[in-house]
Amino acid sequence: MSLNELPTLPEGLVAVVKKDCPTCELIIPLLIGLEKETQLTVFTQDDPDFPAGIDDRQFDEELAFSWHHNIETVPTLLAVEEGKEVSRTVGWSRSNWESLTKIPGLGHDLPDQRPGCGSLSVDPSISPDLELRFGSSSITARRVEFAALEDTHEALFDRGWTDGLPVVPPSEARVAAMLKGTTRSPEEVVASIPPDLAPCTVEKVAINAVMAGCRPEYLPVVLAGVEAVCTQTFNMHGLLATTMPHAPVLIVNGPIAEQIGMNSGNNVLGQGNRANSTIGRAVQLVIRNVGGGRPGEVDRAAFGSPGKVGFCFAERENDSPWPPISTMYGFPAGTNTVLAFPGEAPRNLVDQLSRDPDSLARTYAANLISIQHPKLVLGFDAILAVAPDHSRVFRESGWSREQLAARINELTVRPGHELVRGAGNIPEGIPEGMKDSDLPKFRENGLHIVHCGGAAGLFSAIIGGWVNGEMGSDPVCVEITP
Amino acid sequence: MTKVLDPTNEATPADIPRAARPETLDGLTVGLLDISKPRGDRFLDRIEERLVERGLRVERFRKPTFTKPAPVDLRHEIATKCDVVIEALAD
Repeated sequence: MSLNELPTLPEGLVAVVKKDCPTCELIIPLLIGLEKETQLTVFTQDDPDFPAGIDDRQFDEELAFSWHHNIETVPTLLAVEEGKEVSRTVGWSRSNWESLTKIPGLGHDLPDQRPGCGSLSVDPSISPDLELRFGSSSITARRVEFAALEDTHEALFDRGWTDGLPVVPPSEARVAAMLKGTTRSPEEVVASIPPDLAPCTVEKVAINAVMAGCRPEYLPVVLAGVEAVCTQTFNMHGLLATTMPHAPVLIVNGPIAEQIGMNSGNNVLGQGNRANSTIGRAVQLVIRNVGGGRPGEVDRAAFGSPGKVGFCFAERENDSPWPPISTMYGFPAGTNTVLAFPGEAPRNLVDQLSRDPDSLARTYAANLISIQHPKLVLGFDAILAVAPDHSRVFRESGWSREQLAARINELTVRPGHELVRGAGNIPEGIPEGMKDSDLPKFRENGLHIVHCGGAAGLFSAIIGGWVNGEMGSDPVCVEITP
Repeated sequence: MTKVLDPTNEATPADIPRAARPETLDGLTVGLLDISKPRGDRFLDRIEERLVERGLRVERFRKPTFTKPAPVDLRHEIATKCDVVIEALAD
């Protein structure tokens, strides 16, 4: 019999049991009685000698029977007629077993019912391997063999597949499990990945997500992140090739953030949360491995930033004074989205004394002016990350996000003659032709105010943007689909 | 043996380019790989004598069968222990 074929069902009754299940132990006398009265075959998962006293006992050592017949619980009792399952019951329930076997008074000395145990074939440590062995693998990526004497982790470094940190070896079983995280087909092309503009399938994203340390439920977010950064609008090629330090900053909105355990609170931009740490890293590994974007090659960053390993976090929506940031891009609140922003490393901003919204706006404006250069305006966007101790002030005074952004931008306005090249004895600055205009720091919608961070600390944070618009990159928000 | 899936765009061929040829064998370790074809060992025995006479270090290896590529572990062992390798295709 081929491993991929459905194992034949014996006629009559079929019970699937394992020794390591108290309910299975409990019903042994009942099974012995049934074998005498009817046609019964018992499949045992973990011990060929269990249950003692049964003659027609089949050892399902490979778990092929259990896997192919979708056994999720032991004991499971099947009724088979002409090779087809006609009914099944799981665990021990006198009434269910009586109705399935059509034999009254079964197990009169047993309790009325007992729940069963998990089938070995659905044990999370075993089922991915069974899926590989018995399922039809549609994974098409090239298989690469390492010798037994090679250290797998060293081999992965040697091939240039890591960002300098260890990666999880992308075995076929792990990738198959990762692909369960999405309903999308493995061969579907997600995007062309710069700089090589290589077509990237869901499967290739899954391989890199395994390496980054993602869990399967993160995969839809990674896929959306890859889609967002590989748009013309986001211009990942330029962002990679620039000598500036920026990289994709991914902000997740919607219920999925909480469902997959993302951090939007304490230490939100830091380490320690698996989803935050690995989703951004997976996107970066896709760019490195599928796109061929490596530092010192097409990546020409003079400094780079720690965020280039991966930079991803969730907005703190539950107690935010504002709707999700994704609403700026037309998505209704409650939509699962990823916003890709071309950002640099965050820096903290202290104001422990302001208690009214206008004074906080002044603090923000004074700090935001310095992004890239105090004399360069309109060309760079920014994320302003506002923590709860600051956001409370805006909630209590009823300031909307738009009102705050407008007030900050108003406070950044300076006369062009102070900003032009040469002004203040600094050659850097805006072109001479703009000297007669009064100019704010940010273009319309350039300032992205995001609610996140721990509940204690009268701080906000700034993440400066890369060159915006046609010459550079515009933020892109995409919906996360299952 | 560990098997992983290639995370790249697979534009780079899986075949690795040939190593640079050494100018001289002096001081190098020579691997002699018997592919298990009949009498290949006799040819390699003679080669070994000649190389040892020249003061070279020789390591002997044998493929399980000439019908299949050398197992990855054997290839790795040869690459680890030797600088050059001579393979006997005798019949």
